[in-house]
Amino acid sequence: MTDSSNREPRFSPLHDIHVALGASFTDFAGWQMPVSYGSDLAEHHAVRTAAGIFDISHMAEISVVGAEAAAFLDYALAGLISAVPLGKAKYSLILQVTGGIIDDLIVYHTTQGEYFVVANAGNREVVVAALLERAAGFDVTVTDITDSIVLIAVQGPNSRAILQETVGLTVPAAFDDLKYYACVGMTFAGKPVLVARTGYTGEDGFELYVEVADAATLWYALTAAGAQHGLVPAGLASRDTLRLEAGMPLYGHELGLDTFPVQAGLGRVVNLTKDFVGRDAIESGPIDGARVLVGLSADGKRAGRAGYLVFDSADASTVVGEITSGALSPTLTHPIAMAYVDPRVSTVGSSVFIDVRGTRIPASVVALPFYKRESKS
Amino acid sequence: MTDEKSLRYTAEHEWVLVDGNTALVGITAYAAEKLGDVVFVDLPKVGSTVAQGKVVGEIESTKSVGELFAPVNGTVLDANDAVVASPELVNSDPFGAGWLIKVEFTELPPLLSYDEYTKLTGE
Repeated sequence: MTDSSNREPRFSPLHDIHVALGASFTDFAGWQMPVSYGSDLAEHHAVRTAAGIFDISHMAEISVVGAEAAAFLDYALAGLISAVPLGKAKYSLILQVTGGIIDDLIVYHTTQGEYFVVANAGNREVVVAALLERAAGFDVTVTDITDSIVLIAVQGPNSRAILQETVGLTVPAAFDDLKYYACVGMTFAGKPVLVARTGYTGEDGFELYVEVADAATLWYALTAAGAQHGLVPAGLASRDTLRLEAGMPLYGHELGLDTFPVQAGLGRVVNLTKDFVGRDAIESGPIDGARVLVGLSADGKRAGRAGYLVFDSADASTVVGEITSGALSPTLTHPIAMAYVDPRVSTVGSSVFIDVRGTRIPASVVALPFYKRESKS
Repeated sequence: MTDEKSLRYTAEHEWVLVDGNTALVGITAYAAEKLGDVVFVDLPKVGSTVAQGKVVGEIESTKSVGELFAPVNGTVLDANDAVVASPELVNSDPFGAGWLIKVEFTELPPLLSYDEYTKLTGE
């Protein structure tokens, strides 16, 4: 992990807009980012039923360009990036030699021979360092372009209509059938914008990568178009409950250096048909009996939180797991959590007990995700 | 409306409205905003004894758990059922309908003034 505690806080290029909107802020990996604009619950529900707009400029963007860019990414990451067609994106992992997860990231194939890698804010330096080190011997240039890019996410069932009605945004015909995890270049007031149908909320939605100079006007244009579609600015608090309901992992909670992909249910992300950093360790696998990630569901209102222990009975003293993320689900209205548990209690339907500050709350192992939107396309 | 300047405060972000030998207790707007949307409130039983500085209840938001500390030694005379049923009152009206407990005390300990409290929160 990167120690950002003794550094000057970083601010998004859109910070003044958030201040004007009355946002409260939180430190996230050294960045002062909006946590909410008044009501995180209202923001959560807006994304589920209408739309929300998020500034997630703290995310790290890394450009990978060169004749051997695809071969390099195949070697540096766990997934088969060379198989990603132009205009598509892929969720992937960057692993240590020992198999631990350095970060989870999204790779966009934007132009022939050019890839755009998006990493977590807290892992920016380690991911860039690992990529630069692994680039030795490849005809490729790796550049950290985080500081020149603003990332705006528009998420929710109305997000497509909002983009189509955004003044100044030229939406190509290809947008009509842009698939999930696909991307397309657009222009906004003549400037390039990369638009991807990706997100971290479990709803349909788009992520827009724009240069800093054009970001504020794009934000205003999107919010103007969104006014009649119920679009609200949304902060990191609602982003966290939305991704939890969608069963999406958060680095530092569900993923870390001591986690093997298979434990996190991400075995499918690893491609063993090629050579890559971490391959030998992955083939050996985690130790027998290693804990695995599950979903937990409980009744009532008291939620298990990150760090709370899981037991296999109401009075046993043997710990069988630990919660990594948990909240009272705003959409489902009952407590949900993700937890690493011993394999013997990991099957769907297993009954366990969460220690909520001294009280054992019964919970059931359930399939992830907790929430799935009704798919229309 | 409660006059915030006439209230007493604790460093744990409770406000206290003293009336004779009873103290009406809630959490401040500052604390409520820091917590985020409150979704669950657990309060002590009416008739129970509380000790100053000890945890007597919980205020949970979607993202974190806040503890309610008793600002005085005493006996719980009343607990706000409306807040248990509608936790969002803590956010919408922290100094009014979002009050939490009423405690009967024999001796009032030193508490913070409005100026002292606002200095503490820097607001």
